[in-house]
Parts: sequence; C-alpha cells; structure tokens
Amino acid sequence: MAKRIDISGLSAYYSSFRAIEDISMAIEPRSVTAFIGPSGCGKSTFLRTLNRMHEVTPGGRVEGKVMLGDENLYGAGVDPVAVRREVGMVFQRPNPFPTMSVYDNVAAGLRLNGSYKKSELDGIVEKSLKGANLWNEVKDRLNKPGSGLSGGQQQRLCIARAIAVEPNVLLMDEPCSALDPISTLAIEDLISELKERFTIVIVTHNMQQAARVSDRTAFFNLSAVGQPGKLIEIDDTERIFSNPSVQATEDYISGRFG
Amino acid sequence: MSQTVNVERPSTLQGARLPKWAPLAVAAGSIALGLGISAAAGLDSSIQWALLAAIFFVLASYGIAARVEGRRQAKDRVATSLVWVAFLLAVIPLVSLMWETVERGVKVLDGYFLSHSMGLVTDTEPGGGIYHAILGTLEQVGIATLISVPIGILTAIYLVEYGRGRLAQAVTFFVDVMTGIPSIVAGLFVLSFWILILDMGPSGFAGAMALTILMLPVIVRSTEEMLKLVPNELREASLALGVPKWRTIMKVVLPTSIGGITTGVMLAIARITGETAPVLLLVWGSTFINTDPFDGPQASLPMYIYQQYANSGGSGAAYDRAWAAALTLIAFVMILNLAARGIARWKAPKTGR
Repeated sequence: MAKRIDISGLSAYYSSFRAIEDISMAIEPRSVTAFIGPSGCGKSTFLRTLNRMHEVTPGGRVEGKVMLGDENLYGAGVDPVAVRREVGMVFQRPNPFPTMSVYDNVAAGLRLNGSYKKSELDGIVEKSLKGANLWNEVKDRLNKPGSGLSGGQQQRLCIARAIAVEPNVLLMDEPCSALDPISTLAIEDLISELKERFTIVIVTHNMQQAARVSDRTAFFNLSAVGQPGKLIEIDDTERIFSNPSVQATEDYISGRFG
Repeated sequence: MSQTVNVERPSTLQGARLPKWAPLAVAAGSIALGLGISAAAGLDSSIQWALLAAIFFVLASYGIAARVEGRRQAKDRVATSLVWVAFLLAVIPLVSLMWETVERGVKVLDGYFLSHSMGLVTDTEPGGGIYHAILGTLEQVGIATLISVPIGILTAIYLVEYGRGRLAQAVTFFVDVMTGIPSIVAGLFVLSFWILILDMGPSGFAGAMALTILMLPVIVRSTEEMLKLVPNELREASLALGVPKWRTIMKVVLPTSIGGITTGVMLAIARITGETAPVLLLVWGSTFINTDPFDGPQASLPMYIYQQYANSGGSGAAYDRAWAAALTLIAFVMILNLAARGIARWKAPKTGR
C-alpha cells in the first residue's frame, strides 16, 4: 500500500505571499519522515501540499511537482478528492465529528464515499480501531459520542478514522502537541507500528520525538520573518541529530536559536 | 505574643459579610418605603411606588454594604441589584401581558370556539369561532416556510461555504436590507406585483409570498451564524478523508449545526405568524372557512383579532373573541418556541461520556 513521494521544485503561496520556496525531496515508503523547524517556516503548509489540502485555504495555490508513485498530484485533471483518499491526514488538535458515535467516526470516511454492507463496515471499524490501539478501550462504547473520549483517545480515534480508508500515505501535523506524555507515548508507539503499512510524514516541534520515531528528518528554516520557508537539509535522523552537514541545523537542534 | 494576635484578629482573607437574607430584607424594606411614600403623597399609580422602591433598593444595598462590607463589595451589590431591577422591569410587562391575555381570553376559549368559523355570526353577537383563522394562519405560514426555508438555508450555505468576492458581498448586503423591510412594504410590493400587475385575486398564497419576503432574511442570517460556528477543523477533517465538499456540507457541517438552524427557522416562523399588515392587504380576510390558499380571501389569526376589535362597535362578545384569538396566537408561538428548544437540545452535538 505504501508509496514513495518525490517532490520537485515545490512552492506554495497564500494569495501573493510565498510561504515555501522551491522544495525538492524524496520521502521513502514504509518509513517515518519527520519535519522540524521553527514556527512559521512552512512545515505545515508543505505537509498540506502533499494531499492538496493547501488549496482549501482561500488564496492557497501551489507550483511544482509532487509525484506519488508515478502520478503527479498536481497534474492536469487530477481530482483533489481522489488525492485525499490516497493521502490521509491527522491534525494537530483531535477533531472527531461531534455528531457521530465512535463507530460512525471511524466509518465516516467510507460511508461518506460510498455504500458498504454493515458486516463489511464492522470488520473495517474493528481493524482500524485495533490498528490505532484503541479497540480495547472503546469496544464497549462504540455507540457513544466520539467527543466523549479523552484527548489522547480522540487523537487515536482520528488516526483510526484516517487509516480506515486505507490510504497510501499518512500525514500527521503535530499529532501530539495537544496531548499529555502518556498519550504521546501511545501515539508514538502507534506510529512505529503503522510504518509497516504506510508511508508516514510527521510535523513536530519536539526534537526528541523526531529522534525517537523517525527514520529520516528534514529541517526547514526561513531567513527572516516574511521570507518564504526553505528546506535546509534532509538526511537520516541519526545523522541530523549527531552530525548535520549544515551549521543552521546544528544550531537549531542544540537550541542555540529558534 | 504572636499567637494571641492571631486569635484576636481574624484572617485577612475573611471580612464582614452581610447575612444571606440581607438583600431580601432590603427589598422588603424598600417596597414598604415606596408604598408608604406613595400613600402619603397620594400617588395612585402602581408604577410610581415600584420605581421608588427600586431606587431605594439600589441605594440601600449600597449604603448598608458599604458600611458593613466595604466599598468594593458595595459596588458588587449595586451591580447585582441593578441587574435584578432591570430583570424585573423587563419581566413585569411581559407577565402582566400574559396575565391579561389569559384572564380575558379563557372566557370564550373552548372546543366550539376552536372548531367553528364566524360564518354568519355578525360581529356584535356572541358565538362563532376561529377555526377559519387558524386554518388560514397555518396555511399561509406553512407555505411561506416551505418556500423560504430551502432558499434561506441554501443561500446561507452559499455565503459561508462557497461565497467569495462581489456576488457574496452583494447577497449579504441585500439580505441586510431585506431584514429592515417593514411588513407593510413587503405587502405593498406583492400587492402591486401580484394583484395589480398580474391581476390575481386576493389569496392565502399572495399573503404567503409577502411573509416569505419577511422570513427569508431572518433564516439566512441565523443559518449563516450557525454555519460559521462549525469549526473549520471539522470541514478539513472530512475533506482530508477524501470526502467531496458537498458531502462534507451535507453530512458533517449541516448535522453539526442543525439544532441552531432549526431554532432560527422556528423563531422566523414565530415572527411572521403575528404579521397583520401584509395579510390585510393581500388575503383580505373572510368569515368563512376557505381551505384553498390559492383562491379567494382567507382569514388569519392576527387579522381576526384586529377585525374583531375594529368592527365590533364596542360589543363585548367581539372583544372576548379577540382576546381568545390573541391567547391562541400566543400559545401557538409559544408551542413553536418550545418545539424549537426541544429539537435544538435533541440534535445538539453530544458531549456526554
């Protein structure tokens, strides 16, 4: 299921403001790639260009190429809705649908896209919740509202919802920043399990987290406020955190600025 | 030494407090004082002694609290008592109106009254009922609701979910203008277009069109506000699952806000149910039962009330009927509001565990 992503010459704009400039990188399948960098450097914007969520923002547009396998996501005639079925996303704040039960939340992506048999859905919901390490906690309350779960459970519910549609790639935008350390640990464990099946890209402000969960790490920076963000370097996580090739990366990681 | 000081002086966090019954006592005292002064000065209006009592209440609350508790607490008490006085000032007219309507309305309000029309009963003699008016009101309001709810909700969806630039601005502007249209103007507009230009006769439908004009902006506005309350994160969560935008709106945005939208619609219905002017111009009124809203004059409750009052020539029977119809109208609107609250509570996003 997992696919490789090749990005070349990608710039993203908010109306006339260029938020990120000329980014090229490769994201390996069945691995975790972490994006780190100071606030406002365009990590989240870049992440959102990978499933065409950037253009949902008014004025958002993109130049460049994103190859998922051998298809350009920004090619002519590509349907953004189809792209988002291939590339799932988990957001910073847990956002289960408030009108739906736990079960309906997980089934939402499938139900809203077509009709499924009840027995089929039951299987997918159970598999997704097990995949998100949430099954044991919610199996007796599948029909209770999803917003009644704790924050960490809600975030895992959102992950279950995202993997229920069997995407190729899973994008995570600071998935643990609103969670306590124990829930964070649960999500991090989950990420290392999920990378067996999905290509995972995670944005994080927590350097230890990047070091713990990711195989490769990309460092983004911007030269000044109001300037577009740029990719400084991408390398194996171990190398980035021990012996980065750019001085700015080392400064950021060791806390000398940012 | 220090121990004795501690015993003698209470904690600095505790201050003198007035007892719980103090505000009630002050209120009773000021009412007595207000009554006493108005009796002594020979004022016979009940508003005057109540206003005097309200002023005494606020002043006394401040004075007593300032002396016992300190100035900050006194200001707090003044703010609290002002809120209470304002609350009572707002509620008293409402309660007295309800009281008056119920007291005078129940006299002739019975099953016969609700199930018979005026027919050949003349305005000055007793008997007759409001069945034809209830029927007319239900049909006119029902048609107006059927037309304006879909248009209003779709307009609001356009404005919130799709509208950008000039067109959306223009629509918002015209909705704002429509909000301010007096009902008589809406009635005159339909009158000149439907009856004078197209040469149609008076009918419930013509009245419903004018009511639609009045109802539409209310629905658009309230639905718009409700849709804006839906967090953007929910839309993004749905879009990121690969759900098309229209399905996101249908299955995520609307269900999340349906409680508020329903309340808005019910309030809009409640608002137009009491409209008299356009009905007077376009439906003309009738003393007979007319079940066809597309043909011929119909009655409606507000107009029935007006006619019973205006054409009665001072007859008590007509006044009684007008009050009973008013009571029916108020009850109808109140039931609608209760239903709206019920639906809003039932459909509200559940947060329980």
